[in-house]
Amino acid sequence: MKYLALIYSAPGSNPDYGTPEFAASMEEWNKVNQTYIDAGVMVSGDALQDVATATSIRIRDGKTETMDGPFAETKEQLGGYYLLDCADLDEAIKYAAMIPAARYGTVEVRPIMDLG
Amino acid sequence: MVHAVLSEVVQDSRGRLLAALIANLRDFQLAEDSMQDALASALVHWRRSGIPANPTGWLLQTARRKAIDRLRMSRNFDNKSAQYAHLLKLDQADAEEESEQEIPDERLRLIFTCCHPALDPKTRIALTLRTLGGLTTAEIARAFLDREPAMAQRLVRARHKIAKSGVPFRIPEGDQWAERLNSVLSVIYLIFNEGYAATKGDRQIRVDLCEEAIFLAQLIAELRADQPEVDGLLALMLMIHARRHARATPDGALIPIEDQDRTAWDQPMIAQGIKLIETSLLRGSLGPYQLQAAIQAVHSEALHFHTTRWHEILGLYDLLVQFDGSAIVKLNRCVALSYVDGPEAALQSSQDLDVELAEYQPYHAARAAFYHRAKRHSLAVQSYDRAIDLCDNNSATAFLVEKRRDAKKEAEQMLGL
Repeated sequence: MKYLALIYSAPGSNPDYGTPEFAASMEEWNKVNQTYIDAGVMVSGDALQDVATATSIRIRDGKTETMDGPFAETKEQLGGYYLLDCADLDEAIKYAAMIPAARYGTVEVRPIMDLG
Repeated sequence: MVHAVLSEVVQDSRGRLLAALIANLRDFQLAEDSMQDALASALVHWRRSGIPANPTGWLLQTARRKAIDRLRMSRNFDNKSAQYAHLLKLDQADAEEESEQEIPDERLRLIFTCCHPALDPKTRIALTLRTLGGLTTAEIARAFLDREPAMAQRLVRARHKIAKSGVPFRIPEGDQWAERLNSVLSVIYLIFNEGYAATKGDRQIRVDLCEEAIFLAQLIAELRADQPEVDGLLALMLMIHARRHARATPDGALIPIEDQDRTAWDQPMIAQGIKLIETSLLRGSLGPYQLQAAIQAVHSEALHFHTTRWHEILGLYDLLVQFDGSAIVKLNRCVALSYVDGPEAALQSSQDLDVELAEYQPYHAARAAFYHRAKRHSLAVQSYDRAIDLCDNNSATAFLVEKRRDAKKEAEQMLGL
């Protein structure tokens, strides 16, 4: 079963670029990536540009409305994701708990809908 | 006649049947629906052709066939689906073996699924009661003062989540075992407490929920022996439940342990609890439920309230605080302390909990009792007032109002009024 791990955190809660903490944190993320690859659960995973770069789009009465900003203004914002292929929810929770941001933010795990 | 036999089979084997079905179908909702179909079918067939030799086996086989029908009729039916093929195979095997063998007991797996931490705590309780206990949705709704449609909706959502999010139907192993067992035990204890100390409404004791909780703990103890904390929880609940006839007046008013008629305690149930906790403590793996059970054992062994061995209870609370340092456990420790070192010591020691337990009715009730015993009557009245304000249980309120009246009277007597 595939699970999407959505990574939310408050801006500024992760270490600043260029600091030793940042380097340590990058190493941690790389380690997690490698763990996923070695375990054969990694489908994909990416970090997103910050929320200031977001554009939200909707179509109303046939017209495209474009808005500057994220879908919802929240304290913790979506900052990245992993798509993981796991046996069940227990395994998905186990791997999602390894994501460094789980310690200062929140990771939401959602199963991918099986349409096959 | 058929109706009576069927009710009996359902009462005895509902959880076991449903667990076996869920193990086969991997789908809570389909299992529940097929079971209903099978029960309806039993009423018709058993009346016509007599009660089968193995009624439970008959129900399981029929429910599986009903599930096959339901799958066939479903909108996106695919006869190559793994679920369907698996069921057909089981049905064939049943027919060949005349389904005389015992249904495998899958209830331990089921309870771990129902109490999965991915479900909301209240949902865990409701789903466990509905699936493994003998309670109907209407009864569970009543127990939690919910409307029945809301409770039914909660159960449907839970079954949907389990099916769609891949909650495993499995007994956890290794380092997961202790943590997940804890989740199961806390669900059972919450069920018990809901029955024991209803926070709202008139009936202080809802025996049904207490008995369900005891049944569930017994079930786990039976399916997985030698788990000290399982035995600890079971012993704890038995010893508290043994006081059910002594802890309320006929009109439902609460009687605290110090005023209870101890001859009304259920001695065989207490003996069962004490034996369990004694054996469990010998295994040398302490835990919070065992310690709470040991505390209840000391209470149970005292013939009178004034002969309670409070030193022992205080010592057990000192150990319990190491496992569970919550303010509520510390408050209970203060009650024990008040009988060892006096109410002034308890007032001093409970002072630290003031912020954390500001909105907790039993905190103010305990402080009021300490003041009362320390003969500081006006402070006692103030604390009783605060406790009464926070109390939403009629019989507990009545009890507090009476205590407040006593404190007020004593204060006036001291002033010579």
